[in-house]
Amino acid sequence: MPTDRTIAVLSGKGGTGKTLVSVNLAFVAQHTTYIDCDVEEPNGHLFLKPSYVQEEVVTVGKPVVDQTLCDGCKICSKACAFNALAVIGGQLLIFEEICHSCGLCMHICPRKALTEVQKPLGIVRKGKSGSIAFLSAEMRIGESSAVPLIKALMKNKHSGLTIIDSPPGSGCLVTEAITHADFCLLVAEPTIFGAHNLAMVHELATLLGKPCAVLLNKTQQGANPSETYAKSHDLKILGSLPYDQELAHRTSEGLVASEQSEKYHQYFSQLLQEVEDASNPHSQR
Amino acid sequence: MHQILILSGKGGTGKTTVASTFIALSQAKAYADCDVDAPNLHLVMGSFEKEQKSDYFGLPKAVIDSSLCIACNRCFEVCRFDAVIPGPTYRIDLITCEGCTYCLHVCPVGAIHTQPMKVGDLKLYERGEEHFSTATLTMGSGTTGKLVSEVKKQLKSCTEETEVAILDGSPGIGCPVIASLSGVDLALMVAEPSVSAFSDLKRVITSARQLQVPVAVVVNKFDMNPTITGEIEVFCFKERIPFLGKIPYDSQVIASLNKGENLACLNTPASNAIKRIYDKTLQVWKERVQQ
Repeated sequence: MPTDRTIAVLSGKGGTGKTLVSVNLAFVAQHTTYIDCDVEEPNGHLFLKPSYVQEEVVTVGKPVVDQTLCDGCKICSKACAFNALAVIGGQLLIFEEICHSCGLCMHICPRKALTEVQKPLGIVRKGKSGSIAFLSAEMRIGESSAVPLIKALMKNKHSGLTIIDSPPGSGCLVTEAITHADFCLLVAEPTIFGAHNLAMVHELATLLGKPCAVLLNKTQQGANPSETYAKSHDLKILGSLPYDQELAHRTSEGLVASEQSEKYHQYFSQLLQEVEDASNPHSQR
Repeated sequence: MHQILILSGKGGTGKTTVASTFIALSQAKAYADCDVDAPNLHLVMGSFEKEQKSDYFGLPKAVIDSSLCIACNRCFEVCRFDAVIPGPTYRIDLITCEGCTYCLHVCPVGAIHTQPMKVGDLKLYERGEEHFSTATLTMGSGTTGKLVSEVKKQLKSCTEETEVAILDGSPGIGCPVIASLSGVDLALMVAEPSVSAFSDLKRVITSARQLQVPVAVVVNKFDMNPTITGEIEVFCFKERIPFLGKIPYDSQVIASLNKGENLACLNTPASNAIKRIYDKTLQVWKERVQQ
């Protein structure tokens, strides 16, 4: 069933099984694109073990000052909304870690003392894992904002089914990652933490106008606050994945469950079908 | 005030569970949740006598006055955040606008101004002598790191005299984590024994070391994979990082958390392990502080 849809898997929090679900969906789908958007802590490669065909450094522009031209007039430092520039003892200092690369300082410098140089932010990797096109990126440690890396990843998005493994949380990186999605699959744990985080990503997906549904993960006997939340908010539950020591162990070893076990292959194939149906606006089901 | 931060690199490894147990064991008077993206600590700390909420404003964002806009496209050309939406009159996407004001400087007709944007709530809870600082970020806002700094500042301003504060950290290695780590005396890393959590652990340790924050490591749910637990121990030994213990998988933990019970009150394999780790953490912390 060829579709052109982009599915984002998210959770509000790490460790709920985003990567587990994403890599397994990609594995059962085959001929698909998997994009690891958790650029701070990428993990998808540990499972899909892609061979890389290309690595590319992603850079961001940062201002540098020509001190012979700068007269310390402070026009740039006063205009910078991020306080990334300061004139101290008549010398202009630039704090790269807090610079947002907006370009305003260069524009308003009356003496053209500022120019932009490209500095590395991280690496984008493109590879293949069998018939799966694999994309991931890694932010350089010490950098603060990885949004440009996610933008660079998304530029490489092919047509066909795409699975986005989102970053945790509900902040700017997640927003950037799911802007490109047609549908969000929200993975939730059976705890009060899980339900709270589910509510957060549900709110974010709703704000961005993305249709979404829930997969309950690590379910066990007893109450499931995430399930209660989904039911009381008319959020479709696409399935539940019971806690399984064997699955947890395989996953901890970096193995793809649906490659190892027929049971999980069937499970994720079924889930993929459900996701595709739920994400299809023309679906009759 | 000395700060002990609980961190993990990867989320969901049990930071909040460990932090809440530590708070109960130490009878801490000062604690904070630095995971403003998805705060959870308040869910297990019970009810408070006093709650004080204040609006948190991020950078003012750009707004275009449609009656003045002449659709000249200058703002669109200079915006590097794809926040300008062209049309018969131009608009700003408030989610992507970072408030740099470049557009305002190039608009030839003065159609753009900035307006303050509330991006979150800063919350301070009180119960007897206890102070708990936390925050929630408005959906779609991006100023996470700054809000984390505000959470810490708020805690410090009302508990300056308190000896030890316990901070629950945020996942990743980006701006919120950097903000969490600043000024901290010890970062206790809670890792899970999996290839992915181990990979994240190494990255967050590098971040902490760049900021010259001492680290210590514990493994949660260690019996899920004793082999990788062993690898983490060896890694810590080689890197001269104190390894403070192992917490077993314990099905009673989920049930008690869902009932709102603190693990410090329980006598289960996991809670007993955390109690031992707490004693060791204090030892390591004292050695660091005395150095």
